[in-house]
Formats: sequence, structure tokens, C-alpha cells
Amino acid sequence: MSSTRARPAFAAKGIDSVSFDFTEVAVRDVSRHYGRRRALARVSIACRAGEVLGLLGPNGAGKSTLLSILATLLSPSTGEVRYGTKTAQEAGPALRSCLGFLSHDLHLYPELTARENLRFFAQLYGVQSVDARVGSALDRAGLTARSGELVSSFSRGMRQRLALERALIHEPRLLLLDEPFTGLDDASVAALVSRLGELRAGGRIIVVVTHDLDVAERLLDKVAVLKEGRLVAFDDAHGRIREHYRAHVQELKN
Amino acid sequence: MFLRVAWLVMRKDLTIEVRSREILYTTVFFAVSCVLVFAFALVKEGRPLEDAAAGIMWISVAFAGTLALGRTFERERHSETLRALMLAPTSRPAIYVGKLLGIVLLLLIVEAVLVPLVGLLFHAPIGNRPLLLVALLLFGTIGFSAVGTLFAAMLVRARSRDVMLPILLYPITIPVIIAGVRGTAALFEPVPATDLAQMWMALLAFFDIVFVTLSLWTFEPLMTE
Amino acid sequence: MNKGYPVLALLAIALFSAAPVIVAQAPYEATMGLVQKIFYYHVPSAMVMFLSALICGVASSVYLFRARPGADRIAAAAAELTVVFGLIVLVTGPLWARKAWGVWWQWDARLTSTLLMWMIFVAYLLVRRFGGPGAEKLSAAMAVFGMANVPFVYVSVNIWRTIHPTTRVVPSLAPGMRGPFWFCVLSFMLLFGLLLAVRARLEQRRADLEHLYLLADEE
Repeated sequence: MSSTRARPAFAAKGIDSVSFDFTEVAVRDVSRHYGRRRALARVSIACRAGEVLGLLGPNGAGKSTLLSILATLLSPSTGEVRYGTKTAQEAGPALRSCLGFLSHDLHLYPELTARENLRFFAQLYGVQSVDARVGSALDRAGLTARSGELVSSFSRGMRQRLALERALIHEPRLLLLDEPFTGLDDASVAALVSRLGELRAGGRIIVVVTHDLDVAERLLDKVAVLKEGRLVAFDDAHGRIREHYRAHVQELKN
Repeated sequence: MFLRVAWLVMRKDLTIEVRSREILYTTVFFAVSCVLVFAFALVKEGRPLEDAAAGIMWISVAFAGTLALGRTFERERHSETLRALMLAPTSRPAIYVGKLLGIVLLLLIVEAVLVPLVGLLFHAPIGNRPLLLVALLLFGTIGFSAVGTLFAAMLVRARSRDVMLPILLYPITIPVIIAGVRGTAALFEPVPATDLAQMWMALLAFFDIVFVTLSLWTFEPLMTE
Repeated sequence: MNKGYPVLALLAIALFSAAPVIVAQAPYEATMGLVQKIFYYHVPSAMVMFLSALICGVASSVYLFRARPGADRIAAAAAELTVVFGLIVLVTGPLWARKAWGVWWQWDARLTSTLLMWMIFVAYLLVRRFGGPGAEKLSAAMAVFGMANVPFVYVSVNIWRTIHPTTRVVPSLAPGMRGPFWFCVLSFMLLFGLLLAVRARLEQRRADLEHLYLLADEE
């Protein structure tokens, strides 16, 4: 299933070498609350390698919170998340080398160039052969020509492409994307969908938060619908997305 | 690995700063204004109070340092890049050390401007024991920055963070101010009291060790939710 | 503990009612006369303040490193009591000093450290109140750093100057004074223990209430 030998981060020269890996992510009975406010209530979902899981739901449903918990940025108030057989606690810092997180904020330094951004994160993640990896990442993002320009001069779409490559620079097993399609034109959306398809074929686990139904139908294998912190549907996606959406998300509009 | 990460973070901060030099210029200018304001506020017989030189210098560094800390972490907050750093598969205190080194370097540059200025305005004999003076400034800056970097980092997600930083930072760094000012004043005497200055320096070094250690210990629990 | 509180409260009231009588009966101190009797409240308050600060510091460390919410509740209660009893110390002190030595305040090691520690815990309460979500951790950091800081302040101010009477006030007391003194210490400690327990319990209740809200929400 998954290799459970986790070498301590400081022992590895480059964390590129597989010291910890998994093929399934399982969220078990996770709740998260802030004082009186409940952001997530007893959510249980799972996703395996080669699958794309979509988190759907109205605003404030807890999708971003769940994503943050999966990224180990937040800890659940109750319940646990298992990456293979280990929890985040058990796996330690090595787990983070298997996680790629693309948030709404993009996590790019506007005062650095595209190349510098990628290099920084590649080095931070202990990637071997940094220059080669950065070069191909820039290629895929179509930004090689502008690699020496400051990110502050990029359009939203360009930044998004760069941010995706940044999230993938260390070839993580689990890729978490928070509304990656917002603000993109059709061409960019198509490019992103095909890229994610490639990654899925390569055996990654992908969790996407999105509002875009068309994209969802094209891309998702499984869908989880959240409403007010609760999981109201967890199902195979094919053909059922619009149905779920109408049933659970639309009704709020009435 | 730990040091490598710290070095990467520091180099990244330096690269950004060298490009715009925004924080550097504004901090230096602010520190100079502080010195001038104090010089005019504390007068005796129509002239700036010369005994106050050491105190004014350290206070200006403290105020300027607080602003610089705020600005540095505001930058990280802007693109939520601090989160990205926390996601790296490294020992998290390494990030703290990287940021700390950057702040210390910035403040040392500010002090390099302030010390001659203070010497000029207050007729302070800054050339008396230059090595000892530098050591005092170094240890004091490290102490102030050690606590400041930790607090500024943990306040990134808090409300009212601009005013919270001084509220939390100043009480804790009072020993640094006392030791720094007394040590510097000892050096500014007509006959510099080097023994006294060395003793204050030792106290500052001890403070640095204790508080850097404490910060390394508490960085991870404080930064995770 | 519920039934215990009223009993303890009555006991504390009884002790404090008896205290002035006992203090009045104590012998007059040679040089300072009547004014010295502030000492019977000043010193026990100081003892309570330092104990409370210590409890807050330890509880905060436990909260930071072991994430036990109960520790945080105790820390919050202890911080409030540190500020309250600290206020008593900082008010009775100058009152005594003015009459005994002619000045309201001196910048010696003991006074400065006490003032600073008090300010640190006021900052603790400010952060807790105004820091927004997650402020519990921030205030815990403040308590831990504050505690580590106080020895440094003490030493640095000590090297700098000193006027406050030396620490050995207690053993050098005239025999007649020891009784009332320790009686007052007992009263203050009892009061402190009671207030700490009650206040921590209030926090516990708040947490329980929020938990109930969450459960109700889930239905």
C-alpha cells in the first residue's frame, strides 16, 4: 500500500528521494470549530491515487477549511486525516514534501522574478537538479520568455500558471487546489484541465475546490458537496454533478 | 539542512530588499528623525543633552526596529507567503532563523548610520573603544530582533497587529535597552569604563542565548493553528 | 468543588474580618510607626502576585507545548489575578514609601521588576482581549517570555542601583509581628486560591457552553 518508513528531514540531502509516500488520503470524522462557530462537522471522505476529488458547495461551506486541514495548515478539532496509514503528526515534516498546495493567494513573491520564485521554492523543497526542473516548469507554464520579469508585472492568468508550477515543483503526491479556475479565460481553463488530467494519469491524488460546473463535469472522478460545514453528498462524479449541485447548492437560493 | 533553509530565506529577503530598498530607506530615515526629535525635545540650556546620547540612540533603534519588523511581515502576509514557507518540508524554526538574520542585518545597517550621527550631534566619543561598541550593538540588536521576529511572526494572523507588536515587544526587551544604554554610556564617558561595558555586553550575550533558544522552541507551536 | 466554594468564601471573609484586629494588635515598628502596618497587606499581596505570575507562566508553557485547554484557562485566571494583586502591591507600596522614605517611587531592582511584570500581564490581558481568534496562544507566549524576562530585569536594574529594603524582611521581624504577618499571608493565599479556582471554573463553563452550542448546531 504505502511505504511507511519516514526518514527525518534533516537526514535527507534532498527530499526528492522518496522517504514517505502514500496512495490514499482518508478524512475521518473531521470537525473544526472556532469557539462557537462550526466550520466543519464530522466530514469523512477519501481519495486515491489517480483520482480527482472535487469539493463543491456554497460560500462559507467549509471547503477551504477542509483543504487547509488536508494541507496540514490547520489541525482538526476532532477526527483525523490519514495519508496512507499515517496521520500528519506521525509522518512529520517529510509529509509536506508530498503535498502541493495552490491557494487563492497564489503564494508568489511579487518582488521576485518568475525564475527566482521557482528557484527559491525548488531549493526550499530540496529538489535535485534545480535548474533543469525550473526550466521545464517555466516551459510548461509558457513563461520562459518572461522568466526574468518580476511577478508583479504578470497578469492573473500568468500568475496562476506560475503558481501551479510552483505548487508542483517538488512533484508532490497530493495536490490541493483552491478555486484554480477563477478568473481564467477559456483557453487557460482548457490547458489547466488537460494538465490536471496528465497529473491524474501519472498517479497523483488531486483535490479541487471549484464553483465551475462545466469544468467539474469534465474533470472530476468523485464529488463531495459541503453545506454549512456538513457533508451532504459524497459520490462518484460521472453524470451526477449537476444533479447534486441542484439538489444541495441551489436550494440555498430559494 | 536547517542552516541551508535559514540561508535560503535570508537570501530571498535580501534579494527582495536590495531591489526596492524600501524598508531600508524608510527605516533609516525614521531612525534619524527619531534622533532629531529627541535631540530637540531633551534640551538643557538651549543645547541637546549630551548625556542622553546613548539612550536616544538605543530608543531610536528600538522604534525603527519595530517598524521594520512590522513592514517585513506585512510583506509576507500580503501574498500569504508565510504559509507557503510553513508548508516546506523543513524544520520550521529554520524559517525563524532566516528571518531573524535578515532583520539583524537591516538594523545593523541602520545603526551604522545612527552612530556617527549621534557622535556628531551629541559630541559623543564614538571612537573610544570601537570594537566594544560594535559588540554591544551587535548583541543588543540580536536580542531585540530575536524576540521581535518571533512576536511579529506570531502576530501576522492577529487583529490589531500594528499596535500589538510594541505592546508585547517593549516590556520583554527592556533588559536589552537597559544593558545597551548603560553599556554604551559607559563607553561614552571621557574615560571609558570598559569593565562595566564588558559586563553589560556579557549580560546581553546571555540574554541572546536564552531568548533565541526560547524563540526556537516556541516558534512551531505558536505558528500552527 | 461546588459545595466547597461558599464555605471557603465564608472562611476567607472571616479571616479578613479578623485581620485588621490582629494587625492593630501587632507591635509598632521602631522607626516607621503606624505606617509600617501597610506591610501586612503589601507583602502578602506581593507574594500572591508572584505566585500567580508563576502559575500563569507554567500553565502557559503547558498550554503551548501540550495543547491542554485546561492549562490555558488556569493561565487566563492567574493572569487576571496577577494584575489585580499587582495593583494592590503597586498602590500600597508607594503609599508606604511616601511616608517611610519621603518618595513615591524609586527605580531600584525590586520595584522595577514588579512594575514590569505587572505590565507584562496587563499586556497578556490586552492580547487576549483584542488579539482576535487564536489570541490564547499569543498571550501564552507573552506569559512564557515575560517570566523568562523578569530575572534579567532584576539583575540589570540591580547592577544599576538599589534602595529597597533587602529581601530578608521576614525573618528579621520582631516576634510579635510574625503572627499577624503569617495570618495575613494565610488570608491572602486562601483568597487567591479561591478566586483562581472560581475564575478558572468560569472559563471552563464558557468552554462547556460553546461545546453545547456546537453540539446543538450539529442536529
